[in-house]
Amino acid sequence: MSSRADVCVVACAEAFRGDGEILAAGIGGAVTVLAARLARLTFEPELLTHDGVCLLTGDVPALGRAPEVVEGWLPFRDHLWLVLNGRRHVMLGASQIDRYGNTNISCIGDWARPKAQLLGVRGAPGNTRCDPTSYWIPRHTPRVFVPEVDMVSGVGTDRGAFELRRVVTNLAVLDFRTPDGSMRLVSVHPGVKVDEVVAVTGFDLHIDGDVAVTREPTGEELRVLDRLDPERARDREVAA
Amino acid sequence: MSAEEVAGAIESGMTVGIGGWGSRRKPMALVSAILRSPVSDLTVVSYGGPDVGMLCAAGKVRKVVAPFVTLDSIPLEPCFRRARQAGEIEFAEYDEGMFMFGLLAAAHRLPFLPTRAGLGSDVMRVNPELRTVRSPYGDGEELVAVPALTMDVALVHMNRADARGNAQYLGPDPYFDDLYAKAAARCYVSCERIVDTADLLKEGPVQSLLISRSMVTGVVEAPGGAGFTSCEPDYGRDEDRQRRYVETGVDEQQG
Repeated sequence: MSSRADVCVVACAEAFRGDGEILAAGIGGAVTVLAARLARLTFEPELLTHDGVCLLTGDVPALGRAPEVVEGWLPFRDHLWLVLNGRRHVMLGASQIDRYGNTNISCIGDWARPKAQLLGVRGAPGNTRCDPTSYWIPRHTPRVFVPEVDMVSGVGTDRGAFELRRVVTNLAVLDFRTPDGSMRLVSVHPGVKVDEVVAVTGFDLHIDGDVAVTREPTGEELRVLDRLDPERARDREVAA
Repeated sequence: MSAEEVAGAIESGMTVGIGGWGSRRKPMALVSAILRSPVSDLTVVSYGGPDVGMLCAAGKVRKVVAPFVTLDSIPLEPCFRRARQAGEIEFAEYDEGMFMFGLLAAAHRLPFLPTRAGLGSDVMRVNPELRTVRSPYGDGEELVAVPALTMDVALVHMNRADARGNAQYLGPDPYFDDLYAKAAARCYVSCERIVDTADLLKEGPVQSLLISRSMVTGVVEAPGGAGFTSCEPDYGRDEDRQRRYVETGVDEQQG
């Protein structure tokens, strides 16, 4: 029996399918990190994964555990080099996202004097311009899925994004494979209705006919996830 | 020299670069000395952490140049947030990679370096002074011309240094401290321990000698001088002390 978080991790892992020998970078927390490690341990064995600090790991440790084998060194300066080089697919977060996948992690309100200062743009402009990028959004709400973001940190398909691969939320999988590069509902997670997703999205979603259901994890995937995350940190990250 | 002497060498209105990253290996002993000094109106250039927050809270800052300000294990820096939300400081908000190219340009004494990072984003909108350049080669690509992040003074904290300023990191990541040292007119290094030059290679390989004395104006021995930020392998981040800083807006070891 799989939980919603298991479905989300597998849907995030699917973002890395076909990537080959590039760095699969999760920005932190449980789900994105597990997704990269799960993909490497199952259908995408050539992927590179890191320890969250600056080591490329030769093995694939459980969450919070140090690797037993190190295969490379990736200090921050080399992360930033790799962003420009492009051999990297990062799964970012977003406080706001619009229908073209422009995202905001900088601030809420007027940039000149924000209502809420958040992180700053961090590496989102370069990531999205130079590398394949996906997003993990644990709370699919109208406050996140907005008509217009307050400060474009990650660029969308209408502003020169290199490739926005997919957006995974606690409710659904979305992508941008539409004629105008706007967001499309790809699948809803088991037990979620299309109307529910539409209701919590603050702009019109592209919907092609019958929407699929996100696939359930396989037995092997669940076994790998239980080894990587025996404490089930993933369940605590996903809104019910 | 002492941390107070470093603070005394900084004048109001200067541009000060601060090494480390987020809440990692920040020269907090030097920052604390600035908090106690009369200096003000600083432009702070930093992959920002509590260094930026504390200087903002103390009213020392006119402008922050940074891609983020964070405490890492606690994502949002409380004092920087308050200063921004109160409209107290100017902010040059750069992409992380743009920022590195600004450091590289300054370290190499170039006026700018081109990059794709930033194109299409609102970084270009909120920094209207940023310009683009067109590649003079066949591709003709338009790129951001990141201006050199030149600075009057750089402050970094290292694990070891000799008295002349040869400085060594022993942790897993050099961050960008060598670039700050090379970008600044003057660089001051604080360190966990001053050792004889002959002893530097006893604790790390030659590649760990990140900064040459030719780039360094003064050295301060400051054991614990990065706290509460991390200084691997000498110590990790003091998460309890950082949490109390977030709750009170003041670090208990601020002078």
